[in-house]
Amino acid sequence: MNIHEYQAKQIFVEYGVPVPKGIMVESVEAAVEAAKELGGPVWVVKAQIHAGGRGLGGGVKLAKTLDEVREFANEILGMTLVTHQTTAEGKLVQKLYIEDGADIKDEFYLSVVLDRKLEMPLIMASTEGGMNIEDVAENTPEKIITIPVDPAIGFQGFHGRQLAFGLGITDKAEQKKIISFGQKLFKLYMENDAEMIEINPLVRTGSGDFIALDAKMGFDNSALGRQPQIAAMRDLTEEDEDEVEAAKYGLSYVALDGEIGCMVNGAGLAMGTMDTINYMGGTPANFLDVGGSANAETVAKGFEIILKNPKVKAIFVNIFGGIVRCDRIANGIIEATKITDVNVPVIVRLDGTNAPEASEILKSANIANLIVGNDLGDGAAKAVAAAKGE
Amino acid sequence: MSILINKDTKVIVQGFTGKEGTFHAEQCAAYGTKIVGGVTPNKGGQTHLGQPVFNTVDEAVKTTGATVSMIFVPPAFVGDAVMEAAEAGIELAVIITEGAPVKDMQMAKAHATKHGMKTLGPNCPGIITAEECKIGIMPGMIFKKGNVGLISKSGTLTYEGANQVVKEGFGITTAVGIGGDPIIGLSYNQLLPMFEADPETECIVMIGEIGGDLEIQAAKLIKEQITKPVVAFIAGQTAPKGKTMGHAGAIVSGSAGTAKEKMQALEAAGVTVVVSPAEIGAAVTKAMAK
Repeated sequence: MNIHEYQAKQIFVEYGVPVPKGIMVESVEAAVEAAKELGGPVWVVKAQIHAGGRGLGGGVKLAKTLDEVREFANEILGMTLVTHQTTAEGKLVQKLYIEDGADIKDEFYLSVVLDRKLEMPLIMASTEGGMNIEDVAENTPEKIITIPVDPAIGFQGFHGRQLAFGLGITDKAEQKKIISFGQKLFKLYMENDAEMIEINPLVRTGSGDFIALDAKMGFDNSALGRQPQIAAMRDLTEEDEDEVEAAKYGLSYVALDGEIGCMVNGAGLAMGTMDTINYMGGTPANFLDVGGSANAETVAKGFEIILKNPKVKAIFVNIFGGIVRCDRIANGIIEATKITDVNVPVIVRLDGTNAPEASEILKSANIANLIVGNDLGDGAAKAVAAAKGE
Repeated sequence: MSILINKDTKVIVQGFTGKEGTFHAEQCAAYGTKIVGGVTPNKGGQTHLGQPVFNTVDEAVKTTGATVSMIFVPPAFVGDAVMEAAEAGIELAVIITEGAPVKDMQMAKAHATKHGMKTLGPNCPGIITAEECKIGIMPGMIFKKGNVGLISKSGTLTYEGANQVVKEGFGITTAVGIGGDPIIGLSYNQLLPMFEADPETECIVMIGEIGGDLEIQAAKLIKEQITKPVVAFIAGQTAPKGKTMGHAGAIVSGSAGTAKEKMQALEAAGVTVVVSPAEIGAAVTKAMAK
């Protein structure tokens, strides 16, 4: 789960990680009021969406007067922001963060992520702040320093010194500040079950202080149960409506661009099914994993969500029953045809636990539009043919 | 022969008396697995499914001589359960539970390694040595005995792969579901050499996914150490960039971890890479004929 910049900065403040003063607003009037409260002399008006690259897309502006704050707030609020991290349709800006301008001397990059190979958190830092870090990694990898931190020992002095010297910070007072910055950041990473923290840029001010000018945070979804204050920060308007609706029923759904709706059990087989459709010349309309506890209701819901997409010309149900029982899926399909108008061909391949029973159930229900797939390859081929109207 | 487990392996279940633990322990026992007891705190002294229940893993190991633990405890307690098993002298912990916090797994795996305990999973279907021992949640009936070893990140693709191998007239030595979480236990690079050393395994099927670089590391190892034919499929060629596909591991970030990159690396290592899981059976037949 991701959160907004203003929310991440609230967490930073709790842990004593320095950030500029700021106020989140949802209207132009409130933006001007916030600017007055902050006092100026300059303000930054920032779009709050769950994506990077906001500045380049026109979602971050420096205002030198209250009139400019009003002008920029009016411009950014309600705009659809397209960045390299959003889809081509972009994201609607519904929230702004009005922030004090900072006296920037240098810009750095700092992040904490999980290193899957080392199986521990990794601090990544660079003197090339304010740039796209993927480009830095590609063009000048020597400018990125990495410091793995074993959670069993925590952030030690030597980690801090690696950070300070790695960033070329030679002033002793500044070294102390950056080490303390890193220590607090690591602590908040661990204590909040964060998956990722990224600060780009981290700035050094004219007076030699280090401040997080931006903040991105993502969290381990599996740990949200014990992090209620983080879970409460979830902004559902930032997420896909259909995906959220599907999740309520234990379904994992992602919309794609193609014509063949897919309903599969297990993430791996679901991806494998999409790959097979693609290989046979068709295009998958979605990823849909019905999960391990699929029943008639969830299957019916799955059909409803798939059929909301007008591009869908056929549906391929591909189930290899392990924990999932095929007879339950078969009943779900029958249920779905009763409550939803299933107006496209449905290709069904059921294998594994209780597959013969399921086959009987489907046969005796005598549903129009229903085509049986004998195995994965056969089912996918029939789905591709059906979508083409063959 | 087989790898890691066989008909003599003694298994305890952590989370023995819970709904999932009960259902699957019963299924495993019916398959032939020697379930010798289980652990549920405060239920020590009771009998469940005809086997003794213990309060601690330590007690269970000392009394039953079990070497493997199958873990079904709820996600929040997985880390704790794994560390307890490690200190009690368990040799292999098979972690079925889905949704364990990543931080807990970092700690638990480091502790397991320190105590010399192997782990499998979490969020995996488990491990099965065909017609001998099943430790996990896979449908046992599809795994017929034979000469093909199988390693997979995905549960349902394990079944799909095994089923095709069997339909082609072959069978399975051992099938291992390693899971797709960010932190996992045994992976390709530990399991491939075990299959290489197992005299009954003649061919290895390896099923991967987008995200991470375990398959790339496996390609390197295969090139250097594996002489048996390997057939591979990587799921997620059509997955859009940056979208999570159910598994935490199935995330493509930047260029690292794409299906294409992994398929190319494996092909360069001499592996037969299929573009659809529907082709696994046919590819195994070809590999076995060589």
